[in-house]
Amino acid sequence: MNWLLVIAGALAGAPLRYLTDRAVQARLGTLFPWGTFLVNALACAALGFLGAAAFPANVEHLLGPGLCATYSTYSTFSWETLRLAEAGAPLRATANALASPAVGLATAFLGAALADTLGL
Amino acid sequence: MTDEHGERPEGGIPPVEPPVEPPIDPDAAPTPGESEAHVLAAIALGGALGACARYGAGLLWPVAQDAFPWTTFAVNVTGCAAMGVLMVLVTERFTAHRLVRPFLGTGVLGGYTTFSTYATDARHLLTGGHVPTAILYLTATVACAVAAVTLAARLTRRLTGAPTGRGRA
Repeated sequence: MNWLLVIAGALAGAPLRYLTDRAVQARLGTLFPWGTFLVNALACAALGFLGAAAFPANVEHLLGPGLCATYSTYSTFSWETLRLAEAGAPLRATANALASPAVGLATAFLGAALADTLGL
Repeated sequence: MTDEHGERPEGGIPPVEPPVEPPIDPDAAPTPGESEAHVLAAIALGGALGACARYGAGLLWPVAQDAFPWTTFAVNVTGCAAMGVLMVLVTERFTAHRLVRPFLGTGVLGGYTTFSTYATDARHLLTGGHVPTAILYLTATVACAVAAVTLAARLTRRLTGAPTGRGRA
């Protein structure tokens, strides 16, 4: 059952990541990988919220390793960092490599704080 | 402004260079008019496979919550190395079927790797008082992930004889 919940969450999470990334790129351009940056920040906030709240195990499997973990991505983040460096934008590559983890950690704390505030 | 051979074009006025922005995103848009449904289905299927591999790795190699999260670390680093191989092959070396990159890159590898588990693992380490482990985990994952994708891309270019990556799409 846990596997099915993880699969169900992933079936939604991966296309949602793609659609979010595309929508953000259409608005903010491709000078900086804002799409992946935003997707990861959102997923960290959601998983931080989920980890601090007390949801049933079924919901946690669906939304945690299923939806949130699949919605976020490390491989696209690292590839885009490399592409920026190879395209002659070492500052943007470095900014992406430093800001993504910092903002992801910050939003994970914010999500958890929100769950605590709501008393979940 | 000169080209790489140092020659100015006739007329003295250098051509206006278009913004040099190679697609840096493995999730680059499909060609216009293409059936988006096929792309989304390929991504969903790939994402489910990648998520299962990640979830299975977590069950096979569980890590205590106050320890260095080796399993997520290994998942992310190996996923980044695989992304380096894949992207060089499908963007520089071969003309892949249009669903290969959405399925394998955005789907399988995007779903296999995770940024949110990385950040929340680090948060748990920090709130549990394991600050040195958290800092080591945060920095080592970024460093090893970027090193893995870089080395994998370079090695793939070398082994397949593909041109170097600088300035290429």
